Amino acid sequence: MAILVQFAIGLIFGLGLIVSGMSNPAKVLNFLDVGGIPRGTWDASLAFVMAGAVAVTFVGFSRVLKLARPVFADRFYIPTRRDIDPNIITGPAIFGIGWGLGGFCPGPALTALGFGSASAFIFVVAMCAGMVLARFIAQLTSSTRIVAPTDPLET
Amino acid sequence: MVATPFTPIASLLGGALIGLSAVLLMWTAGRIAGVSGIVARLFPPYEDRQFAGRLAFAAGLVIAPILVRLVTGSLPAQTIAAATPLLIVAGLLTGFGAVWGSGCTSGHGVCGLSRLSVRSLVATITFMATGVATVFAMRHWS
Repeated sequence: MAILVQFAIGLIFGLGLIVSGMSNPAKVLNFLDVGGIPRGTWDASLAFVMAGAVAVTFVGFSRVLKLARPVFADRFYIPTRRDIDPNIITGPAIFGIGWGLGGFCPGPALTALGFGSASAFIFVVAMCAGMVLARFIAQLTSSTRIVAPTDPLET
Repeated sequence: MVATPFTPIASLLGGALIGLSAVLLMWTAGRIAGVSGIVARLFPPYEDRQFAGRLAFAAGLVIAPILVRLVTGSLPAQTIAAATPLLIVAGLLTGFGAVWGSGCTSGHGVCGLSRLSVRSLVATITFMATGVATVFAMRHWS
């Protein structure tokens, strides 16, 4: 049951990416292209995607997190770190370069797979390789320390 | 480059659906809807027993357009201009950076900002800045 629900929730996310236009890399790149503002080719749509998503999530989270626990889990798994370490800048900096080169971030890249695009497939394979590599390097470096903040995914 | 139309209503509506999905995942599974975290954890090392749920969520993302095509008979435009070598470099950087920085557009940009997380704000400002700089360099420095 929990698995089916997560599938449905993924479907809604994917539907949102399609409806919003984010599954089209050209639209994402035209948003990031501030040089297109004087040329009249700038596409501001992505700001509306963010606004819609954050508005709903902000209201929804504040209500949901007042509950004792989630429906299918023992507790809420909320990131607890608050420190601004170098990784929280270098990681997103690298991510942004990749995003600007391809026009894909991870969610839209997966949804683009379902469009049947070979380009999206190549991107997703490379993206997964990059993810595995990042976790591998993080584990290597953390195992040499005594105190081990191992996985960068643990926000 | 391919011109794309400004679609404020559809984008706001689609964004709201993304938000709804994030809220539903928190309500049911108690997890942040961060796509990079979900996808990265489909590969070893495995730290918990959430594999099936993550795979189901990722499958939903992939199958959404297939469902849309079945129901409506068509899909919106999708233009991928980048050639294969560029796609590979872009994919590697996107995947590496998202894991190294503990999240991507969904985890930091949507969920993190909604939790008023300072880390996520720093991350979001940083990837927007380098994304803008990269597109500027690619399109206007030649």
